[in-house]
Amino acid sequence: MSDSAHDRGVQMKLPRFDIKTMGPAIALILLCIIGYALNPAFASEGNITNLLTRSAFIGIIAVGATFVITSGGIDLSVGSMAAVIAGVMIIIMNNVVDTFGAGVTTVLIGCGCSVILGLGAGWANGFLTTKGKIEAFIVTLGTMGIYRSLVTYFADGGTLSLDFSIRGTYRPVYYDSFFGLPIPVWVFIVVAIVGWILLNRTAFGRYCMAIGSNEAVARYSAINVDRIKTWTYVIQGLCVSLATIIYVPRLGSASSSTGVLWELEAIAAVIIGGTVLKGGYGRIGGTILGALILTTIGNILNFTDLISNYLNGTMQGLIIIVAVWLQRGDWGRARRAKT
Amino acid sequence: MHLMKTLAALTIGGVLSLSATAFAEDKIKIGVSYPTPTHAWAAGMNWHAENAAKRLEALYPDIDIILVNSPDPSAQASALEDLVSVNQIDALVVLPFESEPLTDPVLNVKKSGAFITVVDRGLSQPGIEDLYVAGNNPELGRVSAAYMKTRLKDGDNIVVLRGIPTVIDTERFDAFMAELEGSGINVLDHKHANWNRDDGFEVMQDFLSRFPDIDAVWAQDDDIAIGVVAALKQAGRDGDGMFVIGGAGMKETIKSIMDGDTLIPIDVLYPPAMLATAMDLTVANFKSNGPVAGRYILGATVITPENAEQFYFPDSPF
Repeated sequence: MSDSAHDRGVQMKLPRFDIKTMGPAIALILLCIIGYALNPAFASEGNITNLLTRSAFIGIIAVGATFVITSGGIDLSVGSMAAVIAGVMIIIMNNVVDTFGAGVTTVLIGCGCSVILGLGAGWANGFLTTKGKIEAFIVTLGTMGIYRSLVTYFADGGTLSLDFSIRGTYRPVYYDSFFGLPIPVWVFIVVAIVGWILLNRTAFGRYCMAIGSNEAVARYSAINVDRIKTWTYVIQGLCVSLATIIYVPRLGSASSSTGVLWELEAIAAVIIGGTVLKGGYGRIGGTILGALILTTIGNILNFTDLISNYLNGTMQGLIIIVAVWLQRGDWGRARRAKT
Repeated sequence: MHLMKTLAALTIGGVLSLSATAFAEDKIKIGVSYPTPTHAWAAGMNWHAENAAKRLEALYPDIDIILVNSPDPSAQASALEDLVSVNQIDALVVLPFESEPLTDPVLNVKKSGAFITVVDRGLSQPGIEDLYVAGNNPELGRVSAAYMKTRLKDGDNIVVLRGIPTVIDTERFDAFMAELEGSGINVLDHKHANWNRDDGFEVMQDFLSRFPDIDAVWAQDDDIAIGVVAALKQAGRDGDGMFVIGGAGMKETIKSIMDGDTLIPIDVLYPPAMLATAMDLTVANFKSNGPVAGRYILGATVITPENAEQFYFPDSPF
């Protein structure tokens, strides 16, 4: 108690010491300044809205990934999981449209199935990791391949397309706005707030950090490690299904190229945000900034022709490394007394 | 007991004689090797190849076609060895995964005396294949630019969405730019959208925020074009004579051209059925009285409402 009070006091007096936690925010602000300098249209309302909406997919998935990584796990299957859930959702909605019509019922059935699939796929990852005693990296590498080939199989190698009559009903979920913000952004905000409360204000969140710091100690402290870890994968699955629900109405299709590399983008967003890859410490706020940074980089690269298209990957790599370095570098920490 | 033995002997004898006649028939065996389809265009190619195999086998009872797809170059090299040693093929139709690693394996098949047909991706050593069948990437770019010139005038602005950075993409893009030169049409910028709907959508959104005046879009590919159209509709900039040109010949795009869509008025074919064409020509080598060896470069046909029906295969996955 006294420790945290002390910390807060230091923060209030000397906010500049907080550069570690401010790292992602500083990186994002710098990026925005660069974007605006390159082209003032960067700051146009339309572009900002596009940016936020685009960030929603990776952002929502990354909130789930924050829990998994904080408790010392990793989930490589999220991109493939999103693709297969999108594919199955489309198949189900196309099949029930004759029975229930092209109305809200059909869309709700599709969304319901998405949530069930997400929870189930997440639970499978968690169960195999905890009860199966297989490393999370291997389990999710395996499920990544399984989900990816399943969506290719369902689509017969091609693309699954949502029935045109349903698109009219479902389309607003991606394209419509509510109080000036597109619906995907609202979903992102709600997921972020719930995630923040869950990680920072509940026993579950503290257990995640404890397990990530030292699983053995957590177990001796009477934490049900297997259950908590399984829950983190279930949360990840739920986040993937929410992201899929807002992804499908965008183009109304899913194929084997859907969600490729989303797992790495989500993990990158989490780490840029300040969560530690080996677990024990997680930050939802940072994760959200991380997702915004990743989307902004791509957006800025589309706004300029200064850099050869072939070097896009180089720029992204450099900015990611610098953004993490901003918070991991010593930054005069050596001067602080360590107790 | 005696009866059982007789029966068994009869059955075995029957099977042996049957297989003996099968061997005696001496079928012409044609092996077809190509990469496992991982994207829609390749799935379409697979579908057309399977159909061609059924059609040719029904037409010529003494032709036996063996389709094999492989997930990576080394698997394809092994598949080629098996086609020679196990199936003892008389002809090989191959769409190589990559030119370099498959040149030697194909050369080995040729040494066995088989007729070699190479499809789409050339080998790194000339003179191995008897027959070469390929699409025409530069022509796809040139034809698209030629259409742009008929619709646009001096001073009009277009944006270009490119594919995955590869030789295919560069050939298409360079030919497009060369044809456009001197027309006065401005290419505002070009970015890679990786032959992918989502990337097409995002790149086009950014182009729309960045450039207030765009008259037309060259998307190079039907998947990218779908993303582009979604972005145009979202921004409400799909009117005013705006048009998008894709490419490849996706069935949904061809259907909408047949229905008279003005946003995507034409499509440029990069035929997913090219493997089927190659199989037809290979069979003709054994069946036709005319010579077939040589190089066949398929046209980048412009698909318009008038001829769209001929390229529309509703059952194909692409």
